[in-house]
Amino acid sequence: MVRLTTPIDKDTVVSLKVGDMVLITGIIYTGRDKVHKHLVNEKPDRSKMPFDLTGGVIYHCGPILKKTDDTYQIIAGGPTTSSRMDLYEPDVIRNYSIRAIVGKGGMSSETTQAMKECGCVYLNAINGAAVYLADSIKRVLGGWMVEEFGAPEAMWALEVEDFPAIVTIDAHGNSLHQQVKDTSYKNIVSLL
Amino acid sequence: MLKLRDGIVELYRKVATSIPRDVEDALKQALQREENQSAKGALEIILKNISLARTTSRPMCQDTGFPVFYVRAPRGISHSLIRDSIYEATRVATKKIPLRANSVDIITDKNTGDNTGTLFPYIHILETEDESLEVELMLKGGGSENVGQVYKLPTMLDLGGKSVLAERDLKGVRLCVLDAVLQAQGKACPPYTIGVAVGGSKEQTSYLSKRQLMRRLYDENEDPILKGLEEGLLRDINSLGIGVAGFGGNNTAIGVKVGVASRHPASYFVDVSFSCWALRRGRLVW
Repeated sequence: MVRLTTPIDKDTVVSLKVGDMVLITGIIYTGRDKVHKHLVNEKPDRSKMPFDLTGGVIYHCGPILKKTDDTYQIIAGGPTTSSRMDLYEPDVIRNYSIRAIVGKGGMSSETTQAMKECGCVYLNAINGAAVYLADSIKRVLGGWMVEEFGAPEAMWALEVEDFPAIVTIDAHGNSLHQQVKDTSYKNIVSLL
Repeated sequence: MLKLRDGIVELYRKVATSIPRDVEDALKQALQREENQSAKGALEIILKNISLARTTSRPMCQDTGFPVFYVRAPRGISHSLIRDSIYEATRVATKKIPLRANSVDIITDKNTGDNTGTLFPYIHILETEDESLEVELMLKGGGSENVGQVYKLPTMLDLGGKSVLAERDLKGVRLCVLDAVLQAQGKACPPYTIGVAVGGSKEQTSYLSKRQLMRRLYDENEDPILKGLEEGLLRDINSLGIGVAGFGGNNTAIGVKVGVASRHPASYFVDVSFSCWALRRGRLVW
């Protein structure tokens, strides 16, 4: 078990390998379809964004939140399918020096290449374990584009403690998803 | 129709927070069989998540899905009143449980915030001779919806780098399902339940394949040939090595269900619908 505290430095990221279990403590930022499209197409002025993503962790997640007065609370917050962000993610990783992407299902060879260049890992959070994962999200620090994109698609800064995930693509281009795909491609031939 | 509305709100709560027993049993059985360590760890967390969601009455997945209703209404009950009750219940349930607001308008691209919109929730109503009103609800996750496929046979498929002809017969249907699983890999939260439909009308087969997901996992096909296809496909899919969460291992699916409709001579559609492990379905009799 490897404990990661944000901001995660590049040396730590590069030392991680496929199969390592990690626990993240610190701040992570949710971002899914609309956030990615916006970051790449609109290139928002960083001084006007409430969060500095540089060197940060992006979590592919559209949570369920509950608002009481001015505070938000995460009711459920598991990962969403990462492959939908593949068209934008290489640019996001390069532009913001992202150190870790948290999601599910893995990402393309183009994204893997950008991760290798910049020193970034892909962490698979347990698919659908939304309540279990919500219990390691301690606080919602703030939101961005909440009105414009709607709560599920906004960017939320989350304070997490011992948030569990598994390294499935490391910063050297190794991918568990690719290994599993290769195995399944081999196995299907015997079924034909 | 206040009581019906309240009943549907509770149906939403039950379906979103508590997985059906047959699905939970199948996941527990999968854990017994699992030998891949990462997959085993993932499955243990999934089962913990299921019990945590039930005991704290929170939705088991943050994606509370696309609500699909299958209603069987006795003669004499107004269908538009049933629809109104479902829409009203959806608004109340979204706030009360809460559910994630998932309805996005196509023209404005705005989330409506209350899970209602054009044909959202999706409601199918059938008039019956029965005495009671039956409301079935599926909360269909978006990730697993995205890996669904439609095939028009005959067609060439690329399976593991090999070109294979899927012809107009049940062997061809089998190849299509294997192709769909191979393309889905671990993206949509396996272990999957897979609904398959074969027929001659495009929207009918899409309806029918999703409808298969409402069958209990232990429900056996009445047709012995389709029963054999379902069992054989489940075995084959579990030998691919995709596994729980796509981490590898032999638990890629917990169920395969096949439905058929007669076809036009010119057409041969095969539709494949996926559910993530969180197959959320439930029924209210009113």
